[in-house]
Amino acid sequence: MAPTPPVPAAIAVRDLDVVRGGNRVLHGITLEVPRGRITGLLGPSGCGKSTLMRSIVGVQIVAAGTVEVLGEAAGSPALRPRVGYLTQAPSVYGDLSVAENLRYFGALFGVGAERIAATIATVGLGGFEGRITGTLSGGQRSRVSLATALLNEPELLVLDEPTVGLDPVLRADLWETFGRLAAAGVTLLVSSHVMDEASECDGLLLMREGRVLRETTPQGLRDETRESDLARAFLALIERSGSERKA
Amino acid sequence: MSRRSTLATARRVLWQIRRDPRTIGLLLVVPPMLLTILYFVFDAQEGTFQKIGAPLCGIFPFTVMFLITSIAMLRERTTGTLERLMTMPLAKGDVLFGYGIGFALLAAVQAVVICTVGFVALGLDSPHGAWLVGLLAIGNATLGMALGLFASAFARTEFQAVQFMPAFIFPQYLLCGLFVPRAEMAPALEGFSYALPLTYAYDALARVTEPGSLGGGFARDVLVIVAATVAALALGALTLRRRTG
Repeated sequence: MAPTPPVPAAIAVRDLDVVRGGNRVLHGITLEVPRGRITGLLGPSGCGKSTLMRSIVGVQIVAAGTVEVLGEAAGSPALRPRVGYLTQAPSVYGDLSVAENLRYFGALFGVGAERIAATIATVGLGGFEGRITGTLSGGQRSRVSLATALLNEPELLVLDEPTVGLDPVLRADLWETFGRLAAAGVTLLVSSHVMDEASECDGLLLMREGRVLRETTPQGLRDETRESDLARAFLALIERSGSERKA
Repeated sequence: MSRRSTLATARRVLWQIRRDPRTIGLLLVVPPMLLTILYFVFDAQEGTFQKIGAPLCGIFPFTVMFLITSIAMLRERTTGTLERLMTMPLAKGDVLFGYGIGFALLAAVQAVVICTVGFVALGLDSPHGAWLVGLLAIGNATLGMALGLFASAFARTEFQAVQFMPAFIFPQYLLCGLFVPRAEMAPALEGFSYALPLTYAYDALARVTEPGSLGGGFARDVLVIVAATVAALALGALTLRRRTG
């Protein structure tokens, strides 16, 4: 039997350096994100998660290195309908209603009313269609923003802290949605600074101070650190890398 | 570019304005109000009001659209919606022309209101027809919008964007010939006035309000207004960056 050819990674980053405002925020990042999985990008705030995600969706000027997404250079026009991007701060129009926001982004993607209604249900905003987005709570606003990223059913979703400010029930609902999407073949890269969300991911990228500390899995992290709690496992890893650097 | 995305953007900017009735009120009420005040300011000099009233009908929309567009576009830049749009299958031209179409429609409504007040209620007169003043008003508003789009790239905050009014618009008012004929200014200022787009906007309006044939000068003015609009849009397109630092 011929060996199955290796599935190309959804995202392949090589030696990525990024400088922002005179500071080097990413230091020679190299990583791969497999297709059809949920990969969690975790690390303390300010460690460069958002900058890495901006580089992957192609809106970040990079100093060196390459970023390949779905077989194309990051940011190439062919990728725009294939990649969904959720920015950390909700980027929707606060003075429009929920439905008007989605109708506008829907028109850009060429998706119809049915798909818009389905997406509103997916993010749990049924009944809020007529509300002005700016008057919603922070969590609701970020779900409007998430809805615009899901609207055209992209192959790759790059989600920067999608669950921040959500109550535990909604958070669980969203992770269930992400799981369903991944089962359907969608690749998800999801950042979070809350380690307890790591257990929802298939793979983990642990970042610290602009570097990738580990490419692992929740179980791999537990085994390596002999900690069952992922937050403590991450802390143990940081401590260890700190003492390695000193040594 | 796609017609669908351009029109969707035009509709969206109009939706946003519609959600803000106070802005609509200011857009439609303030220019006729100022014109009416001017009418009574020149109570004893009817000729002066006749001379500057009609050109003002065509210049107010320029100023207002500059201000509205620069702030609306600055918001797109600072709230992250522009960055979002730049990751979507949408051409920069769709954003620019979407804004252009949306705000030109708004300017048309404004032009109709101010021209109606000026020419019907306040007795302004134009030998070439009030409709021509109205058309120039829409053209000037589009120029103001294009300059506003471009200017928004140089402001970090809404405070700064508002300051562009006195910095870039007021000098053009002073030098365009509205207050003093340009030939009577210091030669250096007169020379400088040729570099300012509002000079041509005013010149075209002044020609429309004077009797006699419009002549080649009018065609030149209109051409310069159109060229300046296109140039400002092209410069504006350069400031819409897919990638930022």
